[in-house]
Amino acid sequence: MNRRKLRDFLGTKLMLVVTVAVSLLFFSIFFLLLFKSLLIFEQHSLTEILFSSSWNPGFNQFGLYPIIVGTILVTGIALIIAVPISILSAVYIAEYAPKKVRKVIRPFIDVLAGVPSVVYGLCALLFLVPFVKDVVAPWFGIETTGYCILTASITLAIMVFPIIISLCVESFHAIPLSLREASLSVGATKWETVKKVIFRASAPSVISAVFLGFGRAFGETIAVNMVVGGITRTPSTLFSPGQTLASLIVSAYSDMMSSPLYESALMMVALILFIVVLLFNIFGIFVLRRANKRWNV
Amino acid sequence: MSTESRIQIETKNLNVSFHDHVVLQNIDIKIPAKKLTAIIGPSGCGKTTLLKSFNRLLEIQDDVKIAGQILVDGKNILRPHLDVPDIRKKMGLLSQKPYPLPMSIRDNVAYGLRIHSNKNKDEIEKTVEHCLQEVGLWNEVKGRLHDPASQLSVGQQQRLCLARAIAVEPEVVLCDEPTSALDPLAAQQIEKLLLKLKKDYTVVLVTHTLRQAKRVADYVIFLYFGMVIEQGPADIFFNNPKNPETKAYLSGEIS
Ligand SMILES: Nc1ncnc2c1ncn2[C@@H]1O[C@H](COP(=O)(O)OP(=O)(O)OP(=O)(O)O)[C@@H](O)[C@H]1O
Ligand SMILES: [Mg+2]
Repeated sequence: MNRRKLRDFLGTKLMLVVTVAVSLLFFSIFFLLLFKSLLIFEQHSLTEILFSSSWNPGFNQFGLYPIIVGTILVTGIALIIAVPISILSAVYIAEYAPKKVRKVIRPFIDVLAGVPSVVYGLCALLFLVPFVKDVVAPWFGIETTGYCILTASITLAIMVFPIIISLCVESFHAIPLSLREASLSVGATKWETVKKVIFRASAPSVISAVFLGFGRAFGETIAVNMVVGGITRTPSTLFSPGQTLASLIVSAYSDMMSSPLYESALMMVALILFIVVLLFNIFGIFVLRRANKRWNV
Repeated sequence: MSTESRIQIETKNLNVSFHDHVVLQNIDIKIPAKKLTAIIGPSGCGKTTLLKSFNRLLEIQDDVKIAGQILVDGKNILRPHLDVPDIRKKMGLLSQKPYPLPMSIRDNVAYGLRIHSNKNKDEIEKTVEHCLQEVGLWNEVKGRLHDPASQLSVGQQQRLCLARAIAVEPEVVLCDEPTSALDPLAAQQIEKLLLKLKKDYTVVLVTHTLRQAKRVADYVIFLYFGMVIEQGPADIFFNNPKNPETKAYLSGEIS
């Protein structure tokens, strides 16, 4: 009896300690990044960093504007491609596909979600880069090396598909059969049921899935780095090479020790990544609450 | 059943199985129009399955096999190439637990209307009010028609589901133990509504409380292990059952 109580006590305390440690980690990373970025903020104003368009650490120029534009374009286009396609495909798998097809497809999608991003990067390098260079760009009458914003976006979209599909399929499956029956029994078709009932009832989970997809796309480093071109100039078209925040860090970290200011600049980029992800999480919670309140499901 | 009463639903040799497990066997029943027919029987005997076969809701589940005939107004609804939503529209469904759609109170009732009719806004508004009046909910919700339906109490939700069902003017109302999740007062309200509804609709009520069946039924079908043991007009069924198993069930020996 006493030993059981002791175990219970120790177990509870252990969980508390672990939880506190994890939360502390959050704050330590944040303050570490902030502290390390101070140096750059002493010499350059925030406006200069965010809006000046020359990034030349060797010449003491730290304008992030082209990289921020690159990041927004790459992430945004990736989501514009990925979200509608993933949701439609999830609807098909969950609602329309015969059971056999469903059973075969689902494990594939789960595996795709777990494939390391460098594998996607390699495939993109081998197939997507030449495809964009030789097929897509000529279509628009533009010349490109294939290493560009669009290629990076498509690569990211492909990486984000399985995540969104998998989560959406799960949330569609979680909707009770009786709710579908309620809609069908007034004579609604399957598509009407999907559109007006299933989508609404699963809206909170679908929104979470999209946010997770965003997180993956926004923070993805290596696959983007392999195909985006790595040029810190503001891209003029989607076929121009560019750079993203995460990919910038991985390109530059080997030289950053050369100067404390450079190091500080990269730390600041990391800080921006951290803050954006944080803000998006908060925003996500807010949107979820609204969705829950609106439909209360 | 009076002899002149029209037959609304009739099944001929209906067989249903899930994953090759036979759930309904050789079902031959007749359900009279504009009467209240109770389907009774112990848990798991196939009552829900039988009820959902009438509006072809079974087939949305995996691995269901349905054989035989289901005649609604004399026409076999199991024929291929039929417009299934149209068949379903003729039969409202009230399930064991209320499932309001994830939208406002008003939109729940207007849901079917918007799909099927090209009524304008005012007409829809009027029909919504009429249906809510019909189920005795209007006075309770008229000030909050735009609130999510899920905020209503369970009893109110069940009446809302009934309003949603009758809004598309079905001929039949299928009810699957509609009072089993409700408190006695709310249950009584629903029961009264069903009695009122049978003037205009054919009501099929699945129930496993014998007392409820005795109170409301005109016609009774007794299912046991997926087979119809006995069916007939309520007074004969309850006072003079022929089958020994029916007698045992009525006396509470099997349940
Ligand atoms: N989707 C399904 N898959 C497999 N078996 C099923 C399915 N639905 C029902 N069954 C089986 O069919 C039989 C009849 O079920 P049904 O729900 O029709 O019974 P019921 O008479 O309505 O019972 P209750 O009074 O408990 O609601 C049960 O043995 C049940 O396990
Ligand atoms: Mg049942």
